[in-house]
Order: sequence, then structure tokens, then C-alpha cells
Amino acid sequence: MSSHGATAVTPSSRSTGGLTAGGTRATSLPGFDASAPLLEVTDLDVRFPTEDGSVHAVRGVDYSLRSGEVLAIVGESGSGKSVTSLAVMGLLPGSARVTGSVRYRGQELLGQRDRAMSGVRGKGVSMIFQDPMTSLDPVYKIGYQIEETLRQHDRSLSKKAAGARAVELLELVGIPNAADRVRSYPHEFSGGMRQRVVIAIAMANQPDVIIADEPTTALDVTVQAQILEVLQTALQETGAAMVLITHDLGVVAGIADRVLVMYAGRPVEIGSVEDIYYEPRMPYTLGLLGSLPRLDAPPGQRLIPITGSPPSVVNMPPGCPFAPRCPLHVADCDVAEPERLLVGPDHTAACIRTEQVAAAGGDAHAVFAETASDAGLVGVDQTSPAAPEPEQSEHTGGPTGTGSVVSGVGSPTTSTGDRA
Amino acid sequence: MSAPTTTGRDPGAGRETHRAAGGVDRTGEPILSVRGLEKHFPIKGGGLIKRTVGAVRAVDGLDLDIHPGEVVGLVGESGCGKSTTGRAILNLQPATGGSVKFQGKELVGLNRSQMRSLRRDIQIVFQDPYASLNPRLPVFDIVAEPLVIHGLTKDAKELRERVRTLVETVGLNPEHTNRYPAEFSGGQRQRIGIARALALQPKLLVLDEPVSALDVSIQAGVMNLLSDLRDELGLAYLFIAHDLSVVRHISDRVAVMYLGRIIEIADRDELFERPAHPYTQALMSAIPLPDPRRERARQRIIISGDVPSPANPPSGCRFRTRCQKFAHVLDDGRRETCMTVDPVLEDRGAGHLNACHFAEPLKVL
Repeated sequence: MSSHGATAVTPSSRSTGGLTAGGTRATSLPGFDASAPLLEVTDLDVRFPTEDGSVHAVRGVDYSLRSGEVLAIVGESGSGKSVTSLAVMGLLPGSARVTGSVRYRGQELLGQRDRAMSGVRGKGVSMIFQDPMTSLDPVYKIGYQIEETLRQHDRSLSKKAAGARAVELLELVGIPNAADRVRSYPHEFSGGMRQRVVIAIAMANQPDVIIADEPTTALDVTVQAQILEVLQTALQETGAAMVLITHDLGVVAGIADRVLVMYAGRPVEIGSVEDIYYEPRMPYTLGLLGSLPRLDAPPGQRLIPITGSPPSVVNMPPGCPFAPRCPLHVADCDVAEPERLLVGPDHTAACIRTEQVAAAGGDAHAVFAETASDAGLVGVDQTSPAAPEPEQSEHTGGPTGTGSVVSGVGSPTTSTGDRA
Repeated sequence: MSAPTTTGRDPGAGRETHRAAGGVDRTGEPILSVRGLEKHFPIKGGGLIKRTVGAVRAVDGLDLDIHPGEVVGLVGESGCGKSTTGRAILNLQPATGGSVKFQGKELVGLNRSQMRSLRRDIQIVFQDPYASLNPRLPVFDIVAEPLVIHGLTKDAKELRERVRTLVETVGLNPEHTNRYPAEFSGGQRQRIGIARALALQPKLLVLDEPVSALDVSIQAGVMNLLSDLRDELGLAYLFIAHDLSVVRHISDRVAVMYLGRIIEIADRDELFERPAHPYTQALMSAIPLPDPRRERARQRIIISGDVPSPANPPSGCRFRTRCQKFAHVLDDGRRETCMTVDPVLEDRGAGHLNACHFAEPLKVL
């Protein structure tokens, strides 16, 4: 599953004669070198000026992507995960104020002109978008759209060679009758087939990094399983590293090496996939895992919702942005936004109470007591304590209540009446 | 209101979502009985005279019973007809064939005014909480509307009181009812939609993908609310969703749909432990588990291709074009059966109903 150390095919072994790996490409074979990150994002900050004030969509994202690695960025809608990757690709609208640094193999990408970025996009870093219905051009044939990507980065490539390579790429992503299908238009393809084409385009130039933004969210689950296989193939064929943006913790478990959890525009926990799933240290991560209905859990086990909703990123108050929803909240949490601290080897979490989270041993029931209400309003009322949740006083916050912290909804009749 | 069939729940067992799957009394009359339901959408030809040249068979012969207090999950991929089924049951899109009986009364063929009185007992919650609430009405008016339409309250004071109770029941702050939907988050809006559906004290709720537009941390709260309501009010649900893990969480029985038909139906635990239809097996196998070690150790059944067009379903078994068993296991003689004989939904020794000639239970999880 994991892609480093996987059987990365050398770039030329599959491609047709005319296609070599190209100049900018350094070795992206399994040899894993932590000292030379492929993609290094430091202190990335994105603001969108609006009439209501500046929307601070991304606030200090740091990560580095190593060769052959799959880094998953997870978070709920509005957490800034997509904006982060659009900023990396230089695809944000001109009004966005982007600061910080994005280095691809040491080259700074932020502030580059569009022309220079065009040399990097598709070749160094390529992207797969969420919606295969809109990411292909409806008026051009599939084959042309793949050839265009190839010839953009290699002017010497003949039309014929590009056409042959397009067929080969389509075969690679599992499109039957590829030689005929290159002459089809996108509308003749189903959603899953289109996403295969998008992946073929993304891998066409043997990129070092593929950024996949919710690549399977628009697809049915059986098709998702197919596309995840194709993505694994793409990684093996190109030897590329991948940034996978998703909200689906199941997909992450299957494919990622490292996970970055985002909340309100910031990474709140970064660690190996095992750290994140088995030893989460940030209450939000724990809560996210506890709120999932799981096929592998005993049926009927109660889910653990996180009360409230994510904060608005307009004019945020000081302090930890998760504090209003956090069961472990103490006064110190409101003083300043916590830095990410080392909680294990290569594992950081932005929380001042990680010991309490650790004490729960990954059991979300022990930390999150439940309330039936959802009373806070979005917008202005967000920051005011709209719902002084009754469980705040009741929950134990420690390991003592292992799984049996009975909240107000314990008996069927009280859940309607246990609100403030 | 039909009483829950099992009582005496231990308060300490409050973490149980609801009574075990077998706890629903299915010996009595079903509250809803669907037989041979069909909903075909005509395909019109081009030209001046729009002749009907075919039909999209969105729902094509569906049988389903729901008993009082029971939660039946209806799962399938997009385009399988699960939402159309829900709408046809409520007569929001009149069925083109078959029968839907609610407490013994036939619903197919009723006109709008005849339907209106029945809608007191059957209500629906829609998928998209952003589109299903009128943005120009304050929440109070949205929740009060069904009560006003059906003339169920005597005076303004009683109306206020009932709306207040409803809003509290779904876990919202009653002081916020003078606000507009735009001021609420997605999860809160879905709670408003649920309050509106509960206003008339229905016996059956059709929940059409009630949580799929929500983020997971919010989704969990709405799921728990639905479980609690069902326990407290003894409601029956038809819970329509594409996500098997969500359906497994709340249902007593689960029906799997493919191309307009139910292809397997069983009690929850039976279905998830011993799925017999190859499609159910593939669907379960395709869902990634949020557990890296188990997820990576799993053997996965991956079926090829996409759902065929419901305008022109395959002959014989509708699933055979994607079936892993048809493709890799069966011999030519058996394949012939798949291609020519349309399998009916029956018990083929698996202990529950399925529509596969060569059904065999398989442990997938």
C-alpha cells in the first residue's frame, strides 16, 4: 500500500521512445532522503479581503513532502485544505494575499509569474481536482487534452508520438479500447471514467508531486475503490509523491503515509498515519475519529458528535480555535493559540492538554461527553458562549470514565430537556 | 403513536443506539407495504410530435414492508432509484405502477387533496438542508407551517408552545426561532428540517440522505438525534442513504438497491455478516475502513465499470455486467442463466432474501 519503497518504475521504462524524464526532474526513485524535501511549505498564509473584513483562510501551514511519500491533508469543509493546495499551485485569484514560502526542490514558487508557473504545473507538480465533470474541457476530445499537456512541456514531441503516449496513458488508468476512446469527448464518459482521464493528464509528464484535491468525493463508492487503485498505479508509474486532500478518514487510512489534520486554517496535528489513528493527541482529531460511523465497530455504538461548528475565519479571537467545542477546554486555552509541540517522534500537536488526550488511549468516549443540543449560531454569535453546554461541568475529562460517561441523553426522556 | 415494542431499557445502557435489530415486532400489519412499485420516466423523441420512445426505469418493481417502529435502510449508488422510491411513496412523484399501502390504505392514484390528510402521518426530510428550507421565512414559520396548514392548533399561544417544544426536541435553542435559515449551520438546518417533519407527529419518516451533506462531526449529532427520536417517539423510518456505514448504524433492516430493484434485504446484522449477493459484497468491500492496519490488510473485491443506464438495463440479471462472480467464477452454462433469467428476490438458502441465482454468503468485513 505505502508508496515509498514501492516498485516505482523508472520513468522511461513505460514511456514511448520520444519521452524522457526531462531536465528539471531529479531522482524520485524510492531512495528516501529526508534532507531534501520535494515540496516545502513554510508559514503559508492566505487572506481574502472582503467587505466584512479579511477572511484568513489559511493561517501558517507548514509541511514538507518527501520523495515517494503520500501526505494526506484532512479537515472538514472550510478548514482551508483546498485553499492551501491552490496556493501551492499558484491558482488563487489575484485578490488573495498569499505570504510565506512554497519551495519545490528548493525553488520558490510563491510570487512567480504565471508563465514560469506553467513550466512547473503539470511537470513538477500536477493536480487532480475534485469534480471530473468540470475539470475537463467539454469541447475538446480526450486525446487532444492529454496531448496538449504532453506537448506543452516538450515542444519537440511530434503529434504522432504524443497521440501514442495518450493512448498508453489511458490504458494505464484502465480505460478499455483506449485507441478508440481518445477520439471521444468528455460527455461520452461517466464520472469515474472522466476521473481516470484527469489522472492520466496529471501523470502524463511524470511529475514529482501530484496534488489530489478530493479526487473521489464526487464518485460512488464502488467507483471510488477503482479510482484509488488507479491513483496507486499512477504513483508507482511516476514515482511521484502525493498530497491527498480529503475529508474521508477511510480513504486516508488506506493510502497515506503521513497525515496533517487541519482546523480553522491551521494544521493542528501532524504525524504518521498510525500516530494519527491510534495515538491522536489533539482533541479535534480524537473527536473526528469518534464521530465516524464505522463498518468495523459494533453496531449500535453511539456516535460522538463534536458540539458546535467550526469558527468563522473572519476576525478570529485569540486562543485555540477549537476551544469553544473542546471538552478539555480550560482558561489557559483562550490566552493564545497553541504552537504545535512535539508529542512523539515526528508527531506534533497544537494543544496544551495533550497528556489528557493521551490518557484517553484513543477512546473518544472518555473525552467527549455528549449533548443533544446544537444551539450555537453561525456568524456573529459564534464566539459568544451561545450554548454553555451542560456537559462541560459533568464530563470527567480523564480516563476514569472509560466508555461509560453517561450524559444527559442516557435515558430516553431527558434528551429533550437537558438544555440550558 | 405506536408504542415501541420493547420497553424497560436499562438507563445505564444509554449508549446503545436503540434496541437490537430483532426487537421490532414484525408479526403485525406493516405500517407501509409497497408492492411492485414502478416509476418510469418517459423519454421523448425529437421532432414536433414528442412521441415517447422509451422509459427510464428509475424504480422497476420494488417490494418493501416497514413495520411500526422499524428503521429500514435503503442503500445504493447514485442513480439506483432510491430517492425516487422515497418520493414515489409520498406521492411527490406519482408512481407509474404498483401499489403503496399505508396502514392498509392505497396511496397510488390519490390526488393532492386526498394525499394531504395522509401527509400528517408520513413526512420527509430532504438531503440538502440549504435547499429544503425557505430562506425568506424565519425558523418559527418554517416549523409552524405544517401545523397551520393542517389547522392543528387552536390559538397563537398553543402554536408558539408547540414550535418551542419541537425546536427543543431537535436540540436547537428555542430563542433563535425568529432567525432565518441563513443564520444556521448545515447541521442546525437539518435539525430544523427534522423539526418541521415532526410537527405533525407522523408515524413514518422518509429520510432522504439526511446526513450526506454534512461534515462528519456534525453528521454524528444528527444521527444520534434520529436514533433518540425513534426511541422516544416510536417512529418508523425509511432511511435512504448511499453510505453503508451510516445505514448500518441506524437500521434494523437493510435493503440494497441496484438499477431500480432491491437485490438483497435482511436484518442488519445478518446482512453485514453474511451478505449473499455479489453486489452487496462488493459494496461493503469498497468502503474504506478508518483503521490503517485493518484497511491495508484487507482483501478487496473491486467491481469494474459503472452502473448501466436504467433506460436500457441488461437482460437477465441486471448486475451481471459488473458482477465479479459472473466474470470470474461461473461457467458458461451458469452464465447463460444469468443472461436470460431475471432473478427474483427470494430466500436461496442464505436465510434472507436476495436476487442472485448463485448467491452465497461471504464474510467481507
